[in-house]
Amino acid sequence: MANAIQFKVNGVTHSFDGDPDTPLLWYLRDTLSLTGTKFGCGVGLCGACTIHKNGDAIRACITPMSSLAGAEVRTIEDIGANGLHPVQKMWMQFNVPQCGYCQSGQIMQAIALLKSKPKPTDADIDEGMAANICRCGTYQRIRAAIKAAAQEPA
Amino acid sequence: MSAIENVSRRWFLKGLAGAGALVLGAYYAPEILWAQKSDDGRTDADNATLHPNVFVGIETDGTVWIVAHRSEMGTVIRTTLPLVVADELDADWKRVKIDQAIGDHRYGDQNTDGSHSVRSFFDVMRLSGATARVMLIQAAAQQWGVPVSECKTDVHAVVHSASGRRLGYGELASAASKLSVPKQDEVHLKSKSAWRYIGKGMTSYDLADLVTGKAVYGMDAQLDGMLFASIEHPPVLGGKIKWLDNTDALKVAGVSQTVVIDPFKPPPAFQPLGGVAVLANSTWAAFQGRKKLKIDWDNGPNATYDSDQYKKELQETARKPAKLVRGQGDVDKAFTPTASIFEADYYVPLLAHAPMEPMVALAEFKEGKVHAWAPTQNPQAVQAIVSSELGISKDDVICHVTFLGGGFGRKSKPDYVAEAAVLSHKVGRPVKVVWTREDDIQFDYYNAVAAMYMKAALDSSGKPTAWLQRSVFPPITSIFDVNAVYGDPPHLAQGWTDMPYDIPNLRIENGPAKAHVRIGWLRSVANIYHAFAVQTFTDELAHRAKRDPADYLLELIGQPRTIDFKGVEYPNYGASLDTYPWETGRLRRVTEMVIEKSGWGKRKLGKGSGLGIAAHRSFLTYVATVVEVEVNDQGDIRIPRVDCVVDAGLVVNPEVTKAQFEGAAVFGTSVARSGEITAKNGAIEQSNFDSYPVARINEAPYQTNVYLVDSDAPPAGVGEPGVPPFVPALCNAIYVATGKRIRELPLSRTNLGKES
Repeated sequence: MANAIQFKVNGVTHSFDGDPDTPLLWYLRDTLSLTGTKFGCGVGLCGACTIHKNGDAIRACITPMSSLAGAEVRTIEDIGANGLHPVQKMWMQFNVPQCGYCQSGQIMQAIALLKSKPKPTDADIDEGMAANICRCGTYQRIRAAIKAAAQEPA
Repeated sequence: MSAIENVSRRWFLKGLAGAGALVLGAYYAPEILWAQKSDDGRTDADNATLHPNVFVGIETDGTVWIVAHRSEMGTVIRTTLPLVVADELDADWKRVKIDQAIGDHRYGDQNTDGSHSVRSFFDVMRLSGATARVMLIQAAAQQWGVPVSECKTDVHAVVHSASGRRLGYGELASAASKLSVPKQDEVHLKSKSAWRYIGKGMTSYDLADLVTGKAVYGMDAQLDGMLFASIEHPPVLGGKIKWLDNTDALKVAGVSQTVVIDPFKPPPAFQPLGGVAVLANSTWAAFQGRKKLKIDWDNGPNATYDSDQYKKELQETARKPAKLVRGQGDVDKAFTPTASIFEADYYVPLLAHAPMEPMVALAEFKEGKVHAWAPTQNPQAVQAIVSSELGISKDDVICHVTFLGGGFGRKSKPDYVAEAAVLSHKVGRPVKVVWTREDDIQFDYYNAVAAMYMKAALDSSGKPTAWLQRSVFPPITSIFDVNAVYGDPPHLAQGWTDMPYDIPNLRIENGPAKAHVRIGWLRSVANIYHAFAVQTFTDELAHRAKRDPADYLLELIGQPRTIDFKGVEYPNYGASLDTYPWETGRLRRVTEMVIEKSGWGKRKLGKGSGLGIAAHRSFLTYVATVVEVEVNDQGDIRIPRVDCVVDAGLVVNPEVTKAQFEGAAVFGTSVARSGEITAKNGAIEQSNFDSYPVARINEAPYQTNVYLVDSDAPPAGVGEPGVPPFVPALCNAIYVATGKRIRELPLSRTNLGKES
């Protein structure tokens, strides 16, 4: 394990000594059974696999394990683990999800957006959320939920 | 325990098949039918103390189990149908728990497709809940020694008003379970005014799980010791392996073996496509191993398929006389050389479903049985295909239905589940087949490509006196019959046979087209291309006549009448025309309402903006849509607002229904903007969301307002009917904004910008 990569997932330290090109997505899903992070496209086009690395929203499907040394990774399973996050609350209040498959990624992206833009404009939301596809078409409710979450105390 | 002990399974299935018949077979199916199954098939409802029918069970602690037998892909049907049971049962929704059914004929039809879950099961759900209520009342009356007529239900309890006595459902479950299940005519349903939940609705039972990553989709299913499989399919439909070298694939760390899957025997139906599976100890290893396969393919007869050439052929066919679908009067007489004639061709390409969750399934073959965990819209079709692939009984295929990460019709076709079962059977371990997005886009059952030809003879006011419409598309039936080239009546009925205008000379035709890819149902199906042609052509005629398009549309819809389909094959979405007549008055009403709600003719719009309108009935629901579009000098479009008026009859869950129409506007945006699958040398050219883009938040309509007509008509579809009118309404708006008429989709094929 001399060359193992050390990092944290949801506050727990892990080490990885497999193929360093392995995307974080499959490590989370197949190794740690953290299946809340979804596979949608595999090439960073849809955002279903959005997680936080050191607080930034990134695509786990194109994040190689080799890039994680010392990183703090946070997944949907940890968001609201001690009570729902305001974004999740608003997602429920506005009945955002339809099939729900993309929503882990949408929520992770929205949380990161609100961190950088606490009071996002429509343009901020367009820019911040455009990388996350929802095929059911819940965008209108996503927008409303983000605006409402922006009004909540963080 | 059933009132009808001798109902055979055969009778039960036959009863289900009857058009418009109440699906009571499921409801009164005697226990013997499924008691012989292993415990795997039993639901908590089955095991509950009081279990009057397959859909409901009540525990002594008052927990009410309700079975959701249809698949949850975002329509919230897993909540909406149980809500109907809970209403008739007078159950406290907070004490209801939902069981997801496996695939099993005892529930009746489980194909969650065709926007018919509520329509087909509303009465069954009501009876199911009401039966339990009647039994609980009987049990309480017996206990108190009072007439049943003096007892009634309150929330989750039976009360005797005269004495003020009250017993909860849990306290009564045991006594009620000893009573015989009442016959249908002994069960009275609640009056509409007493409904607690129906028409008011409820948010998704699963909402909290959906926002916390806890909901288990097919992609998330796991079994100890399972292998992960990625399959290299033949790039061309019907292709076969000529030569294979798996040496390098086997060298990839984690890869354990490769397995050749036989090509399907035509017709493809839901069989595995064939190819080479790479099995590994992780999804990633399977993907990596697959990239190292060396395969030489015999691409077979579809290798000459070229979608550009095919498009020309369809368009030529659409210009030739074809098979009559419906007609009246004599169009040829009206199409004289001196008459005012207008004609136009329309085209919609192949479309892919692209649900966010690619095809995936986990299966385990063990001791002669298969357990499958799959995001499927049709678990009984899973039973059928796995049974035929492995030569085992359907009853030995236990299909557990997970959440679906979108379906849109793709997951009604269980080829991917069959792959997992075939592989598990071969390797003796559980196997999870994971399709990549590229697999999903390239090996879909595509919505048919279609060419439509429209021709009208016009009177001096610009109103049609004769109307010819001809559509040509490879039919869905081609996946079941290699010789099928004509549209089948159910799909012709989707916005074509039932073109609603009352025109004295009318001829509706369909021409032949051979399929070279798998064709399949996609949200709204043939309505997409048919509504596009009819509603765009209508708008073209309005502008030619210098008429307001909304007024003109109303004029063509005409005065309220019921369309007479005598002598015409019009399946009406499998519903009886007596219960669900085609009423032009309802189409007229939603059109009038959307004119009002959208502020049509009253709104001030800027330069480069426009409003478009369209109206369409599909899945027994009447919808009219107005779209506002802005097009800038570069030709980029923005959709600030959509207004959509819906008459879907009785709506059980209104908020959820509105969300379906909001989503349909986004789905329609994807169809219109960029939906296009093409092929060269038989292989699909698109592969992921870069080459098959779908609408993103900045491209989707900014605000979609949905208005539901308050209606006493029986419930109709809501998942699909929003898409068909949206697309032509958008294109009609673009015409107003730019002067450019869209006759071919997608919009990305047309430069909408200012020509320099």
